[in-house]
Amino acid sequence: MTRSGAIRSVALPLAVVAVMVVVWTVVWRSGVFHPSAFPAPLDVVRGFGEEARTGRLFTDLLTSLFRVTCGFCLAVVTGIPAGLWMGQKEPARTAFLPIVNFFRNLSPLAWIPFAILWFGVGDASPIFLIFLSAFFPVVLATMAAVASVPTIYSRVAADFGMSDAEKLIRVTLPAIMPQVVTTLRVTAGVCWLVVVAAEMIAGRDGLGFAVMDARNGLRTDILVVEMIVIGLVGVGIDRGLEQLTKIPSIRWGYER
Amino acid sequence: MTVSPLHLRHVSHSFDTLDVLRDLSIEVLQGEFVAIVGPSGCGKTTLLNLLSGFNRPTSGSVERNGKSRMVHQQDGLFPWQTVAENIALGLRQLKSKKERQQQVEEMVRLIRLEGFENSYPHQLSGGMRQRVELARALAGSSDILLLDEPFSSLDYLTRLRMRQEVARILLERPRTVVLVTHDIEEAAQLADRVIVLGERPAQIRNELTLSTPRPRNPTDPEVVEAIRRILTELDVESDSGEFTTA
Repeated sequence: MTRSGAIRSVALPLAVVAVMVVVWTVVWRSGVFHPSAFPAPLDVVRGFGEEARTGRLFTDLLTSLFRVTCGFCLAVVTGIPAGLWMGQKEPARTAFLPIVNFFRNLSPLAWIPFAILWFGVGDASPIFLIFLSAFFPVVLATMAAVASVPTIYSRVAADFGMSDAEKLIRVTLPAIMPQVVTTLRVTAGVCWLVVVAAEMIAGRDGLGFAVMDARNGLRTDILVVEMIVIGLVGVGIDRGLEQLTKIPSIRWGYER
Repeated sequence: MTVSPLHLRHVSHSFDTLDVLRDLSIEVLQGEFVAIVGPSGCGKTTLLNLLSGFNRPTSGSVERNGKSRMVHQQDGLFPWQTVAENIALGLRQLKSKKERQQQVEEMVRLIRLEGFENSYPHQLSGGMRQRVELARALAGSSDILLLDEPFSSLDYLTRLRMRQEVARILLERPRTVVLVTHDIEEAAQLADRVIVLGERPAQIRNELTLSTPRPRNPTDPEVVEAIRRILTELDVESDSGEFTTA
């Protein structure tokens, strides 16, 4: 990117944000909404200061990130092997595909009542819900990726005398990586959405709970603070996972 | 008496009810370059898959003595591996890392791709990729080279250069070669023997031997004569040498 291009890519989005803040201020001053239901931009800035001083925002953020990380990683380390298995073995696919599809289309939020009954309101409930949000999409995407590996790679593997285990490590896994990484990005985004909802209902801490808490205390300024943080962190998670696509042995999948 | 590297005896092959090959017997001698030409869809690739052992024939026997490696039409390289890693695929049995590295370097030099060792296939041109495939198939201790229309995805001039490359490389690394192609000129220029197959189910229609030593030029008299005979055999050249008016 050229230098002027780099400046544009920062300046233009900042201009859009500035316009949004102006509109926000205008709407606030116009009095369309009652002040208790519509915080002023400056109130939000003060809210940020308050949250930063008490440190609550930071601990809530860490709590939510911890839960998403646990649930997501658990889903990845179980979902990818399950997807590999279903992708390679026709009977396994025939047996499990309908049920995986069923759970994939069942909103994880519908599990919240059971999650509370089984796991209470600590870390376990949100982790369970995040696991459910990520596991089924990861299984399906891995399975589909295995099915679409060109057969020519199998012929090359046979030509070079690879054992089944060697073929899995050297051929199948690297061949599906680009598709799997794309799925991980999408799924991590979904997990970040789900953790907020889960904590709003089944939490005593975390960003979702903080949103609910701010609402109960009629602190709309804090509410906006939480919303800004949730959105920014979500973008950050995606940017982090995007780095995986830049690994040379994965990058080929995005070049054609 | 030495055993021949490849020997097909009365091989027939069918997919469900589709007869692809019927009663084919072909023997390929040690160090021989055999080209198999025929109309598209006549079962040439099926024949190669039988020769490589990837498929088993419906009836008859395929005897293979030695390790065979295939060069594919295109996209046979692993895109997640560099040029060097792809070539090293055939060198896994070598214990010493230094020796492997040395052999890779030698192959890279042989295909004249110095400086591209750490490039990925998608960063190379089609001709360069096919050269890497060739190097991968030749690295290590392979005996038989199976070429499945290896240059058909390339433009005409690149194809001509690739033929020269193959002929030159085979002088340095002699192998028993089976080339399957629909490019008659390619077959006549490269091979010691050209087998012409008919329409599916494929049977041998004719066989011709070339005695001019390799490497040859496409304009060598024997090559031109062979092309004429193959074209006649495939009914795409009129005997008078002129176009017949319908």
